[in-house]
Amino acid sequence: MPPIKRTKFKLSPEQLLEMFYWLKLIRAFDLRLSTLVKQGKVRSGVYTGIGQEAIIVGTCYGLRKDDYICPLHRDLGSFLMKGVEARVMMSQMFAKTTGLSKGRDSALHSGVPELGIFGNTSMLGANLPVAAGIALSYKMEKRDDVVIAYFGEGASNVGDFHEALNFAGVQQLPVVFICENNQYAYSVPIEKSMAIDDVADRARGYGFDGVAINGNDVLAVYQATQGALARAREGDGPTLIECKTYRWHGHSEHDKAFYRSDEELAMWKSRDPIPTFTTYLRTRHILDDDQAKAIEARVEHTIDDAVEFAMSAPDPDPAEAVTDLYA
Amino acid sequence: MPKDVSYLDAIKQALAEEMRRDDKVFVLGEDVGVYGGAFGVTQGLYEEFGEMRVVDTPISESAIVGISIGAALRGYRPVAEMQFADFISCGFDQIVNQAATLRYRYGGRVACPIVVRAPGGGNVSGGLYHSQNPEAWFVHRPGLKVVAPSDAFDAKGLLKAAIRDDNPVVYFEHKYLYRRAKGPVPEGEEIVPIGVAKTRREGKHVTLLTYGAMVTPSLEAADTMSKAGVEVEVIDLRTLAPLDTAAIFASIEKTNRALIVHEDVKTLGIGAELSALIMEERFDHLDAPVLRVTYPDTHAPFAQVLEQANLPNAAKIVDALRKLAAY
Repeated sequence: MPPIKRTKFKLSPEQLLEMFYWLKLIRAFDLRLSTLVKQGKVRSGVYTGIGQEAIIVGTCYGLRKDDYICPLHRDLGSFLMKGVEARVMMSQMFAKTTGLSKGRDSALHSGVPELGIFGNTSMLGANLPVAAGIALSYKMEKRDDVVIAYFGEGASNVGDFHEALNFAGVQQLPVVFICENNQYAYSVPIEKSMAIDDVADRARGYGFDGVAINGNDVLAVYQATQGALARAREGDGPTLIECKTYRWHGHSEHDKAFYRSDEELAMWKSRDPIPTFTTYLRTRHILDDDQAKAIEARVEHTIDDAVEFAMSAPDPDPAEAVTDLYA
Repeated sequence: MPKDVSYLDAIKQALAEEMRRDDKVFVLGEDVGVYGGAFGVTQGLYEEFGEMRVVDTPISESAIVGISIGAALRGYRPVAEMQFADFISCGFDQIVNQAATLRYRYGGRVACPIVVRAPGGGNVSGGLYHSQNPEAWFVHRPGLKVVAPSDAFDAKGLLKAAIRDDNPVVYFEHKYLYRRAKGPVPEGEEIVPIGVAKTRREGKHVTLLTYGAMVTPSLEAADTMSKAGVEVEVIDLRTLAPLDTAAIFASIEKTNRALIVHEDVKTLGIGAELSALIMEERFDHLDAPVLRVTYPDTHAPFAQVLEQANLPNAAKIVDALRKLAAY
């Protein structure tokens, strides 16, 4: 695969500022959730993607409504970008009736069919065959919509990963497989779980291209995704994009992540995707102080409003523990 | 005048008729295409409907189910074939965690209309991995429906009902019956509703609850008992989840005795649940303990003499009926 041309898919200053807003919103949302867990206001089930936001923004930005996403458990931001209100996502985390699952599950296990969002189970990689099934339906209908399926490097060791990528390769399905390689499957580092350096290499075994990129560079992620989307829309089949990144927090908010060094964390924090992109925007005079302040204020307001809404929303009726089992 | 049709051809008719009726119905699985299925159930479908509606898959049971779920999310009604019910363990997670919980975790905003066909059962010298009866695993999981037809008429009518049902349905078809069970099957619309048992023989002394390939030996045993003046009511459950409790209780109230016969092993088979249910709900009507005739708690051996030693048959059922009648 040729190197990614950073300028192939043009973005206007307004679009770049929108991407900046999403980066800030998703970071702030996860940070607030982390605080709410520490305060005991949100109970368990919080898997933040702090440090990995460039992947979500770079892959979701510019998706069509009819493109489907199959996120993993850290990808709350992808729900927001695909059109779910912050209030609804916050309600989901508070297990309120106004959440997607009406309190049945706090994490991202619930989807929104009309917005093209699938909610996976806790079985990592189990979303990938489902993604292939959605993509098969697009192929049957000769549509040019695409499925974006997310997984971690850890999930690339699961059987479902291989079954799904193999089928997608055989059928030349319109799927873009996004690997969020954050270096750890809970506590197990990549060198203990794979004998290769790049998850991207696994794509070749299934007959399509895989590319490893800097997952903390939102524009690199965007360019790679747009290229893969264009190929999939043309009927040229799947692509695997491995985004190298790092999760700043533990696997979940209760994990202190003692299995990795302070130096390693500090090194990755120096590659924080947000300041990198801020510098890019500032040096090109796309972002000034007033705009930055306005975006900060919009982000704060959105999250404050979502928390207030979720906290005052009703709890589920106990009778609903046994409803919605059958259609 | 309806023609006599084999159990296998009845399944094939149901598939073809449903695919003609609704272009959202498609089949997928191993060898279902050009080859027509390991047992020939899908023969002719590939020629009539083409490769996009009769999808040959790799050996990937988990993906077969996951792909079905993905397609179902886009309005399709996939019928997935597990080549043998024994292989369903490889697709277990997608059935019990992905499909069964989908509606619940989406807060009731989605349906999952998939059918998983599972050719099960012994008495065909299939050995350990081509003889199993794993239906109880799925009956134990809320969110699933489970059916197990015993004759050609029900094989067709229940499959049609399963395909039209908006929930995931596991359809256990018995391999021993494929070519041995023949009976009148009407052409066209004849739906056998899910959740409704059928009384195969009326009687006032003992209730016999059974399903699948055990219906025939149960009826033979009932004939034998009738000659001795004991009238056995044989109820073919047809659906294992949800159980037709009204039919079961009505019969118990009449006979005050119950025998359960199934080919699955004894411990925590359907008989365990039926027995507990009858005890809980109709204890005052019982004049004798609920008895079971089942496969012993062992595997399905290959040698005919060993397999026959394990399988329930008319003689074993007669022994149990005599014990019950004399209690």
